[in-house]
Amino acid sequence: MKKFIPLIILIVLCLFPVVIQNAYYQHLMILVFIWVAIGSGWNVIAGFTGQVSFGDAAFFGTGAYTAGLLAHHFHISAWWGMAFGGFAAMAVAFPFGWICFRLRGPYFALASLALNEVCRHIATIAEPLTQGMVGILIMPTFLSKIPYYYIALALAVLSVVFVQFVMKSKWGYYFLSIREDQDAAESMGIDTHKYKMVSLNIAAFLTGMAGALFMNYMGFIDPEVVFSLHDISIMAILVGIIGGVGTIYGPAVGALVMVAVHEFFRTGFFGLFKGLAAMTGSDAMISVAKTISHAHVLGFGILVVLVILYLPNGIVGDWDKLVGKIIPFKKKEAAS
Amino acid sequence: MILFELKNLVKHFGGLAAVQNVSFQVEKGEIFGLIGPNGSGKTTIFNCISNYFPVTSGSIHFNGQDITGLKTNKICKAGIGRTFQVVKPLGRLSVLDNVIAAAFSKAKNKKEAHDIAMETLEFCGLMHRKDIIAKSLPIGERKRLEITRSMATRPELLLLDETAAGLTPTEVDVAIDLIKKIRDSGVTIIIVEHIMKVIMTISDRIHAINFGQTIAHGTPKEVSNHKAVIEAYLGEEYAHS
Amino acid sequence: MDIFLQTLVAGILKGGLYGLIGIGMSLIMGVMGIINLAHGQLMMVAMYITFVLSHYVGIDPYLSLFITMPSLFLLGALIQKYTLNPLMEVDSILPENQVLMTVGIGMVLVETSRFIFTSDYKSVQTSYSDATFYLGEISFSVALVIAFFIAIGFTLFMFWFLLKTDIGRSIRATAQDKDAALLMGVDSKKITIITFGLGAALVGAAGTILMPIYYLFPDIGGPFTRKAFVITILGGLGSTVGAIFGGLTLGLAEAFGASYIGMAYDDMIGLIIFILVLLFLPGGFKRLTKI
Ligand SMILES: Nc1ncnc2c1ncn2[C@@H]1O[C@H](COP(=O)(O)OP(=O)(O)OP(=O)(O)O)[C@@H](O)[C@H]1O
Ligand SMILES: [Mg+2]
Repeated sequence: MKKFIPLIILIVLCLFPVVIQNAYYQHLMILVFIWVAIGSGWNVIAGFTGQVSFGDAAFFGTGAYTAGLLAHHFHISAWWGMAFGGFAAMAVAFPFGWICFRLRGPYFALASLALNEVCRHIATIAEPLTQGMVGILIMPTFLSKIPYYYIALALAVLSVVFVQFVMKSKWGYYFLSIREDQDAAESMGIDTHKYKMVSLNIAAFLTGMAGALFMNYMGFIDPEVVFSLHDISIMAILVGIIGGVGTIYGPAVGALVMVAVHEFFRTGFFGLFKGLAAMTGSDAMISVAKTISHAHVLGFGILVVLVILYLPNGIVGDWDKLVGKIIPFKKKEAAS
Repeated sequence: MILFELKNLVKHFGGLAAVQNVSFQVEKGEIFGLIGPNGSGKTTIFNCISNYFPVTSGSIHFNGQDITGLKTNKICKAGIGRTFQVVKPLGRLSVLDNVIAAAFSKAKNKKEAHDIAMETLEFCGLMHRKDIIAKSLPIGERKRLEITRSMATRPELLLLDETAAGLTPTEVDVAIDLIKKIRDSGVTIIIVEHIMKVIMTISDRIHAINFGQTIAHGTPKEVSNHKAVIEAYLGEEYAHS
Repeated sequence: MDIFLQTLVAGILKGGLYGLIGIGMSLIMGVMGIINLAHGQLMMVAMYITFVLSHYVGIDPYLSLFITMPSLFLLGALIQKYTLNPLMEVDSILPENQVLMTVGIGMVLVETSRFIFTSDYKSVQTSYSDATFYLGEISFSVALVIAFFIAIGFTLFMFWFLLKTDIGRSIRATAQDKDAALLMGVDSKKITIITFGLGAALVGAAGTILMPIYYLFPDIGGPFTRKAFVITILGGLGSTVGAIFGGLTLGLAEAFGASYIGMAYDDMIGLIIFILVLLFLPGGFKRLTKI
């Protein structure tokens, strides 16, 4: 039975836009799919290989800009970005990993953060190429959300399947060995530097593709959006952690949860505060409603703290613990 | 035939000379004991051989080739396996996965890796534990996992760093049997051990160091009767017994 | 030549402040082995406290050090006690859990400040905010010079503290070898709490003395966090002496960058230094001098 769950979910997802024709929900699902790809990529390098990246936006933004700039400068379809965006992100990841993975300790984490900032600065400064803060605007290919929906779904499914495939192969064993103990891994004949690079490049590729899709779908990007530390890099970490560090389906669960949380704040608790403001008509309430809609970063921050404290291995990873806490008797049953 | 040779190995940590000019040769097929009091530099020699850190000077030869400075993983690929004194299990993986990961170093595909792993688990007597998460193993079996994992890389030369320390007397006997069995399968062994019973019964030749310097070498009997060794290491009790 | 000297002075003055920021970070790095990515955000909190005290109560920024530093010490200690220390017992796959935690805390601090103070720029105007004096052709900002000497004072105090007091020795012992310190009877939990508190208090002091010459908004912490980690990496992870050199180097590099390349590259210069250090001097100044 358990074997069929992914298949059933897939069928449900395929039917979703046919049944639910509300564009808003389709939009949310597209975002979820994009985050599944990003989260899966992050999970490969951080969750499976143990090298926590704080700078996924560098790859995401590179992918997005690749798609956008191809369309902007060469007038070819931004969909080419889906192919080139992944490779462009790898072109960023390669020299970066080459330098940072020679060192042990917190260098990689810090350097990835720095990479994030460097990329954002470059995208802002290199105006002739990127139009700086003005950003890149392209004409969307489709008016309907449905084509985007299926493309995004395909990307998400491919990411999950690909990661699953990788993790069952030699690479997967090597990644896990590196995560668990680098010295042991080296002594077992694993070229840790090389396989960290492989892992990072897989992550960069998936994230770059997601970025390119984002460009195609949203039609507009600027440095603050696609190279955002909070909205991309930290969100990627949250997607990875909440779902389940080092699990195949964790990023999918995490993406769903995080997009929901993001929406929850963006809409002021699904319109609760707006409603309250309209009802009471008080200025204070209106300003609270406004503030709340900008407070998703605060929500994320609190979430980071709570998740790391109480759910460090995510919903999928800490499932038993979670179930045990919510329904204590069930755990006993399972144990007996 | 000489399989392995250490020539004038020197290793300094800042001002501390941990290994000073140590040389020895290991014959193919023998068990070569390396002994010395705590802090005398045994583990450091192993770490130099596997290039866990660079040597200060001197050279290391294996199968007639100079392997000094080769990367750690290349050393393993060349055919030198090692265990760690402070065991390093891949904690969250199962015992089987630990061994499969190592087996990939010689295997062409996953099936082959799996087969090698199963074979090695059987050989080392850890088969009954294969589905246990490595970090939940008791210390004795963790030490055994170290050996199993390095055996799965199919080494020609195996460096064992205190694999019998911390074991119960029965476990020690089992370990001795395993080491002999490994030797009989054609693997040359360099062993570091504090437990005299182990080192004296299984070594063909012994090399003794103190403060990073060679103080004696020869057969177990010669070394255990050597004055410098008795003074430095074996202590009064052993000298009298 | 004048521009050069002027830039040199500006760089050194700034560097003194950066050193103070870096020492706090280095202490935390040394004892806990983590990079505190909420460091600049703690500084931001201190700056808001200074702002409130000056704006609503009328307390001079320099005097408010007596309030901001203990407050920040408390805040830091609480953070360590209730969010970072519990992580030591949590079994997690990711080794960087504590660093991630500091990121989350930083976000909470920034957004809470935004909640209270909005994103508007604030500043504290004092009689000496714009005052300058001249030595030859070179101008000195009075407030910056005062800030520099206060920073130097705190730095020297820290050295005395680390070298001569019992708590200071315990901190150094823990930084050098956690296990050995534990065996010697050092209460490592308590030491981490004190260390994080001290780190926060020091960066808080830096924020306060910066207030008369700087402006303030909730996101100001981010760039300073980055500066702090550049300083720490530059100095050599965990080295307090290194942090001072790191601070000076960054201060000078930024000053010369601003004079000779352009103001807009301020933040970028730190990042470039960071990359250069990774490439050519991994281990930082500590590696060169073995301090
Ligand atoms: N990475 C290192 N950095 C600095 N000093 C080291 C390092 N590794 C070992 N040493 C020092 O080198 C000397 C030799 O240590 P080593 O671990 O090789 O001894 P050993 O013979 O294996 O001792 P034991 O029997 O206790 O395992 C010791 O003084 C030790 O403190
Ligand atoms: Mg040893």
